[in-house]
Amino acid sequence: MSRLLFEKHSQNRASWLPELDGSEKEALKKIPQELLRKKEPSLPSLSELDVVRHFTGLSQKNFCVDANFYPLGSCTMKYNPKALDSIAASTAFSQIHPYQDEGDVQGALRVLYETQELLSEITGMDEFTLQPAAGAHGEFCGLLMASAYHRANKQKKTQVLIPDSAHGTNPASAALCGYEVVQVLTNAKGHVDVNDLKKKLSDRTACLMMTNPNTLGLFEEEILEIAQAVHRAGGLLYYDGANMNALVGICRPGDMGFDIVHINLHKTFAVPHGSGGPGSGPVGVKKELIPFLPRPRILKESGRFTFEKNAPRSIGKLRSYYGNFGAIIRSYAYIKALGKEGLSAVSENAILNANYLKARLKKMFDVSHEGFCMHEFVLSARTQKKKGVKALDIAKRLLDFGVYAPTIYFPLIVEEALMVEPTETESKETLDAFVKILEDIEKEIDQDPQKVLDAPHTTPVFRIDEVQAARHPNLRFRSS
Amino acid sequence: MDYISNTNADKAEMLKVIGARSFADLISNIPSSLKKVELKISPGISELELDRHMDEIGHANKNFKYSVSYLGAGNYDHFFPAVVDRLALRGEFITAYTPYQGEASQGTLQTMYEYQSLICELTAMDASNASMYDGASSLAEAALLALRSGERKKILIPVTIHPEYREVVRTYLSFLDAEIVEIPMKNCVADLEALSKAAGEDVAAILVQQPNFFGALEDTQRIGEIAKKSGALFVACVNPVSLGVLAPPGEYGADIAVGEGQPLGNPVSYGGPHFGFFTVKDALLRKIPGRISGMTVDKIGRRAFVLTLQAREQHIRREKATSNICTNQALCALKGAIYVSLLGKEGIKKLALLNVSKARKTHDRLLKIKGVHPVSNAPFFNEFALRIDKDTQKLKENLKKNNILGPLALENFYPEMKSTYLFAVTEKRTDADLGALAAAIEDTP
Repeated sequence: MSRLLFEKHSQNRASWLPELDGSEKEALKKIPQELLRKKEPSLPSLSELDVVRHFTGLSQKNFCVDANFYPLGSCTMKYNPKALDSIAASTAFSQIHPYQDEGDVQGALRVLYETQELLSEITGMDEFTLQPAAGAHGEFCGLLMASAYHRANKQKKTQVLIPDSAHGTNPASAALCGYEVVQVLTNAKGHVDVNDLKKKLSDRTACLMMTNPNTLGLFEEEILEIAQAVHRAGGLLYYDGANMNALVGICRPGDMGFDIVHINLHKTFAVPHGSGGPGSGPVGVKKELIPFLPRPRILKESGRFTFEKNAPRSIGKLRSYYGNFGAIIRSYAYIKALGKEGLSAVSENAILNANYLKARLKKMFDVSHEGFCMHEFVLSARTQKKKGVKALDIAKRLLDFGVYAPTIYFPLIVEEALMVEPTETESKETLDAFVKILEDIEKEIDQDPQKVLDAPHTTPVFRIDEVQAARHPNLRFRSS
Repeated sequence: MDYISNTNADKAEMLKVIGARSFADLISNIPSSLKKVELKISPGISELELDRHMDEIGHANKNFKYSVSYLGAGNYDHFFPAVVDRLALRGEFITAYTPYQGEASQGTLQTMYEYQSLICELTAMDASNASMYDGASSLAEAALLALRSGERKKILIPVTIHPEYREVVRTYLSFLDAEIVEIPMKNCVADLEALSKAAGEDVAAILVQQPNFFGALEDTQRIGEIAKKSGALFVACVNPVSLGVLAPPGEYGADIAVGEGQPLGNPVSYGGPHFGFFTVKDALLRKIPGRISGMTVDKIGRRAFVLTLQAREQHIRREKATSNICTNQALCALKGAIYVSLLGKEGIKKLALLNVSKARKTHDRLLKIKGVHPVSNAPFFNEFALRIDKDTQKLKENLKKNNILGPLALENFYPEMKSTYLFAVTEKRTDADLGALAAAIEDTP
């Protein structure tokens, strides 16, 4: 059994702390008794060595990009250069305070300002804010700006249109801003159904939120017509940048007609996922929306970087300070290192790798849609399901071969979906090995399906009882 | 430079298998008018050149290593042992995704569960999620939760709460049918008479920061009683390091306790990334936003961990979710868990005592200087405000000359507080630092 921190014991020393000058009583004499802690927290007591062994041991129970192929669709689990970690952790960038005088942090402000410029250029937008802490936070920011924009134009808009293939954060963000969510259908080609969209567009439409390429990994070919229709109805076009890894240096959402764009730096721009964050979700806008950007904007005035002092129409602040600086600086350094050609190579190889895998796997699996894909594609395990093995089972069996599972059961519109995104940094050799593994699993499905149904067999635990976890929540350790 | 692993020969062979003549074939369905992109971005550089470039930019920043910082206001210059980063930055943690495949992510899931346990112990609350973006957005999400709970539409928020936090709450609530009522201050703490008067039956939540923006300690016991009487939820936003000695929210009746996790193991980094924590009493368990790890068993009965209560979340509930949060600040929360494990029960208390005593010593020493006056007699933890009746510009120059960062001019946030400064003092400050600070102020005309 995996023991918890709280179930281990050795001599704790907290040896980096200096000695206290004077007594405890002396230190606390000015604080009234009723404001002091009565019961001590039941924290563990462990030596530094035992803490190191504990967390090292736990780390070894994780799959990760550094050790495993990680074809998790829509998550862009690429290799991120290690140099970026060192830059973010360096004294010059990690040991600085958000309230230092502007003159004492010109380096940090330069990084923020130039990152805004670089992202504007890459996406074809007029200006960026780096404040949002993640993609969903960016969506919230973008929708607040859309709302402020419509209000400034004295328009009352109550609906946000969202394709049925969209990420779950889109409708959740729209609801958070008080909008009614209207779903737009996907057509047989896997694209937004323009006829359905036109039926649902009205003077109540605040915006259409789109991912392009969409979550089926397909480029929305009718994007120019869609943009025209949305704008004609008085709505704005919102770009969910989760799949931007397919478009860098190839085409730009700004040129397609998008008015608001959020980018996931933790997908396309080399911020490691960190087991679920920190990310960063900068938002870019076209000129008309600049006055509504969160406070404070960062400006360059006669060669110096400074904060905008007055922004009466701003939507306000989304979080404290200026954003996840330690994430943003990684993206800045990444874009600088790659340069123009390196950036184009990202999307070209992401698309090439995905199409290669798709070409090889379509003999084995149904694909959601024929033809070329962008940076990812969706398989369906419906044929395998007829043999009694579901997408979930295949995902779990992959773990036994040292491969993380693709995204499963998403998008919701594909039966038994397995969404595969190989990313640009994987080699053909790795992709071939992945195909071989799936061929072996396919054989097992025919010859020994129970082996797949019982998988995984080699992970630290076998299949987990999620029902018990939800019915009898045990969310923390309690002593005694 | 790039990080592509395919050779040119690989690429040619892959195109052949795909059945495409060239890469252009693969993107032929993108309208050609969109493909005329020529990015105005300079050519790539080597890692060596990158290192040099970033060094050059970094030189334009004054940092805590070569300066002494008295800046706080939510982010504090604590010392973190090397072990924290050594462990958290292991590839197994930093290059893993959110633990959706539990069997392949037991490491992350157990650390999340342990993080939740440690935060619950510190705050004396019942349940915690696995982290939020930061303290300010956690406070805003707490207000959202309170407003979802029923018919009550008012949020009471003392002006002693961090101005940026108040602004974030306003932004989050801007499209709800809700009213934010600011409670004035007296002696740098919330005016309890005004609070009590405002706390009617229409109040959804009373928000309080402890210690507050001025470092002063609020009478949380009384505020808890006021909240209870009105039937409003009591939301406490706390500094986690202070809980080594100060009463935790669970002891004074808070329904929700949130806060900024930066002081737990995360370098200031110009304000982020850090993490926010979000804890509740059991009654509110199913209304928590964000991810939660739960302990359960695997199919042969072994202890196992898994993301749970997911029916609240956006990827299941879409527009009916309790929040839109997806990616949180997992790695920052992990740093927090490692740091608190290293501190242990004795360490957290010692750390808090070091902060209190050094702050008190600094406060008392500075008050001996002519022209330096207290602005409040409220007790404080590791931060306090003083009025310095000296030439503002000269003072600034003197501090700069002595490589001192801060203190923070409160006039930037409260225009009426002229010549008033906020000092944060952590375990890092020495007697020599204090001597230099006092001299810089003393030498100012």
